Amino acid sequence: MSEPARVGFFTDTSVCIGCKACEVACKEWNEIPDRPLEFLATSYDNTGALGADTWRHVAFIEQPRESGGVRWLMSSDVCKHCTSAACLDVCPTGALFRTEYGTVVVQEDICNGCGYCVPACPFGVIDRRKDDGRVWKCTMCYDRLRGGLEPACAQACPTDSIQFGPLDELRDRAARRVDTLHDQGATEARLYGHDPTDGVDGTGAFFLLLDEPEVYGLPAAPVVTTRDLPEMWRWTAAAGAALAGLVALSFTRRR
Amino acid sequence: MGTSFGRGGATTFQQDLQHSDCIVIMGSNMAECHPVGFQWVVEAKLRGATVIHVDPRFTRTSALADLHVPLRAGSDIAFLGGIVHHILVHRREMREYVVRYTNAATIVDDGFRDTEDLDGLFSGWDPETGSYDPLTWQYAGEALGTDPSLEHPRCVFQILKRHFARYTPAMVEQICGVSQDVFVRVCETLCDSSGSDRTAAFCYAVGWTQHTVGVQYIRTAAIIQQLLGNIGRPGGGILALRGHASIQGSTDIPTLYNILPGYLPMPHADTGTLDEYLARHASRTGFWGHFDAYTVSLLRAWWGDAATPENDWCYDYLPRIDGDHSTYQTVMDMRDGNVAGFFVMGENPAVGSANGKLHRLALAELDWLVVRDFTAIETASFWYDAPEIETGELRTADIATEVFLLPAASHAEKDGSFTNTQRLLQWHEQAVEPAGDCRSELWFMYHLGRRIREKLAGSADPRDRPVLDLRWDYLTHGTIEEPSAEAVLREINGWGPDGRALARSTELKTDGSTVCGAWIYCGCYADEVNQTARRTPGADQSWVAPEWGWAWPDNRRILYNRASADPSGRPWSERKAYVWWDDAKGEWAGHDVPDFEAGKPPDYVPPEGAQAEDALRGDDPFVMQVDGVAWLYAPSGLEDGPLPTHYEPHESPFENALYRQQSNPGRQTYRRPDNPYNPTAGQLGADVFPYVLTTYRLTEHHTAGGMSRTVGYLSELQPAFFCEVSPALARERALEHGGWATIVTARTAVEARVLVTERLATLRVQGRDIHQVGLPYHWGSRGLTTGDSANDLLPLALDPNVHIQEAKAATCDIRPGRRPRGPELTALVDGYRRRAATGGTAQ
Repeated sequence: MSEPARVGFFTDTSVCIGCKACEVACKEWNEIPDRPLEFLATSYDNTGALGADTWRHVAFIEQPRESGGVRWLMSSDVCKHCTSAACLDVCPTGALFRTEYGTVVVQEDICNGCGYCVPACPFGVIDRRKDDGRVWKCTMCYDRLRGGLEPACAQACPTDSIQFGPLDELRDRAARRVDTLHDQGATEARLYGHDPTDGVDGTGAFFLLLDEPEVYGLPAAPVVTTRDLPEMWRWTAAAGAALAGLVALSFTRRR
Repeated sequence: MGTSFGRGGATTFQQDLQHSDCIVIMGSNMAECHPVGFQWVVEAKLRGATVIHVDPRFTRTSALADLHVPLRAGSDIAFLGGIVHHILVHRREMREYVVRYTNAATIVDDGFRDTEDLDGLFSGWDPETGSYDPLTWQYAGEALGTDPSLEHPRCVFQILKRHFARYTPAMVEQICGVSQDVFVRVCETLCDSSGSDRTAAFCYAVGWTQHTVGVQYIRTAAIIQQLLGNIGRPGGGILALRGHASIQGSTDIPTLYNILPGYLPMPHADTGTLDEYLARHASRTGFWGHFDAYTVSLLRAWWGDAATPENDWCYDYLPRIDGDHSTYQTVMDMRDGNVAGFFVMGENPAVGSANGKLHRLALAELDWLVVRDFTAIETASFWYDAPEIETGELRTADIATEVFLLPAASHAEKDGSFTNTQRLLQWHEQAVEPAGDCRSELWFMYHLGRRIREKLAGSADPRDRPVLDLRWDYLTHGTIEEPSAEAVLREINGWGPDGRALARSTELKTDGSTVCGAWIYCGCYADEVNQTARRTPGADQSWVAPEWGWAWPDNRRILYNRASADPSGRPWSERKAYVWWDDAKGEWAGHDVPDFEAGKPPDYVPPEGAQAEDALRGDDPFVMQVDGVAWLYAPSGLEDGPLPTHYEPHESPFENALYRQQSNPGRQTYRRPDNPYNPTAGQLGADVFPYVLTTYRLTEHHTAGGMSRTVGYLSELQPAFFCEVSPALARERALEHGGWATIVTARTAVEARVLVTERLATLRVQGRDIHQVGLPYHWGSRGLTTGDSANDLLPLALDPNVHIQEAKAATCDIRPGRRPRGPELTALVDGYRRRAATGGTAQ
């Protein structure tokens, strides 16, 4: 049996209406615990950020315009399912693994809560749940994929802001959408995470944004934090070898 | 909608919005309140449509619109009237449509006087009764007939021109706070998107209806859409977005006091016999010409074999009305001790009703109260945790109301149908048995009726006959004896003399041989099949999707679709083809069920003495109207005038710039101590309440909150009652972003967290800046997230036609910090009232 194609999310923020159906559908399907009720006074965002109990997060950005009036950006953020995923690289137990769909998933029965993956993620996505210590994040609804269903958030999205499908197709569609928006004068439209040559070798969940990534709370140039590990290991090995040589030498001299 | 076009429902369906060239969303926050339907607005936009959102606030709808136009809450008729003015002055109307399909050419009685003549009043006003005698509004009659040149000074078209002559862009700017260039841009976009080859749609919701002149808001949009030729055509229409799942259904099969199923009027106490009733309400022409068949079939559905020609089909069993028995009047009566018992189902008036305090005080005067809901909502718990307990205005020990809280089954626990915003009936099947004592409404009503009938059995008292003679024989099933919802639907559909389900309402008879519970739903069970349960996927049928559910009437998705063809029966353009005359077959064809007799040719001319639909011509598309055309001018059917007129809200910081008449003269007010009003502009003390207040909903919560404040996943998304204010107002009143504010009216004061946002624009109206305060109304004292109720701030001042409260525009004051507790709260509000009464200014 052949491997299924790598799948992903294309989140087109230009048609997001901020309804948060993705947040609710995600929590319902994945049985994610309630969060404490906190009024954040951050536009209509009372979720704040992605975390152990928030696997989809809709950001609301209000931008007063020079011409008067206001622009209101909305964007549903999610785990990026990086091509080069640092969380996966640093996981000592194998709890994090890459699925046959090319997604990155934590196995909750294997995770021992060491937390190495948390600082490894360049997007600040993966997070430990306070009361059980383990890490949690978007699985791209791995169980639904195996059952032939699309992820809950994509299914719930009323305006197709969240699109799910084979990554290649999504990238083509996204490129066309950007062209259309540019033709319509929305020259600020740009893709984020679609490029296989970026610092994480492209993401499985990528975005169409209408402003700089930082505006949405996304890093401008994310880099897989394990990028320098091989180099570091080489230096470490060399240093170890040198040390071993010195030690050996010292013993030799004693004789 | 009923007055303008003939039926009280959306003229189109949401999926059709994708074909619009321009969508104007006004009086609605569609993206937030109808997010699923909004996908078709997004689809239209992707296809190149221009989306315009006119709203006091910049909302999630505005965020996706091409143009957001902020206006002062309560000024919409001035804005829409300005569009009418623009169309007429620049001759942008679709001339042939207007001449042939509307009453533009009809000549009006020479006794008619317009608001231009009488400074804001129409002829027929009686200051004694506070109401109009519409006699002078009538058509001049057949002697004068019509003037297709539209030149006759008393033809509707010329009256319209004069009526709106002063609704200029400058006046719009003065009243609405919308700059002239933005306003003209809206007009031009709308006009450029209308015509034979293009169509534009309007979407509205309770942002239009909840005003003291709300029906006339919708009438103004109806006039625009008639002038532009946008009714009955794909991508056109007026979409009435209903507030929740089956609101359309709750007027079709009404929970209202003044209509029977299918919009038959409830008999009045002075309508003695069936013949008198029929004579009063039947039309000679159009499909209301079969009013008798609809009525007799309904009486036969209810009283079965007891209904005979000898007893007028049990017509005397129907209750009679003798005045206003609407919700708010009933609350007043309750407060005054004249209502003994009250059933509350699927509603939470302690939070959801305007002047909630009055409602809670009224509940305390009842002998008994039955609340059926999922949880102990505020309406059921008022006797121990109403805000008035805290202030000392109510004491639990003094409340004698016996409260019955009965658990309700959810939609997944019962069979049934929803009738949604586009008149579409969709069936849902029970997934699980209701838990514990939870029961469906159907179960409750059926078994309540059954038990009452058992108690009355054998009674000789004539007043018990209507109950004992009811046909009450629904089959039940299962251990809880749930009645068959399909049997009820089948009864609504009706059956013929052979006992077979009817296929359409044209089969209904006056001789009692047919049974039909709601003539407009006739056909929903055609061929003995539950048509509402059909679920053919969209991809497997045409875009109109006639095999998904069933829409009244006759599974029609766009009403009056005969108007999508020109008078000769040809589509106005290939791009906008929808229904047309097929000459070869000699019948109407197209993408939808034609809203016309299938074989009536476009050139049909009624013979002398023709009745009902036979009396309408082959180019009369509005088949419910007596004259077969849409009504720019409404000679009857409205309490507050044949044409929409700008009146200020009942509470307004501005005087009416157009007329001496400040507010809708016909509006219903309740001047009593438990419903105090803020002074309005021109009255002593108006500046004590200098700001405009408007209320609304959020995507994250459901109406009065009973179904969302109890759900963790929803509560965490909007965990606090908040107010939205502009940066300028925040500065003026020292309001701190993220902090607390207290909002005050003559009714009460509430506290809310503060969101200072550029999305609330400060507008320039009549030469001064006006600030608006936005308040979502979902909160109450119970649930996971709790807060004060915005509706407590609102007065009871109602539209005279439909008795709906003005919830979208009132006045208020706002001050920093939390509100006082206990008796100090009433003291604060009393202080405001005193200052207002003595003409003092705000603090």
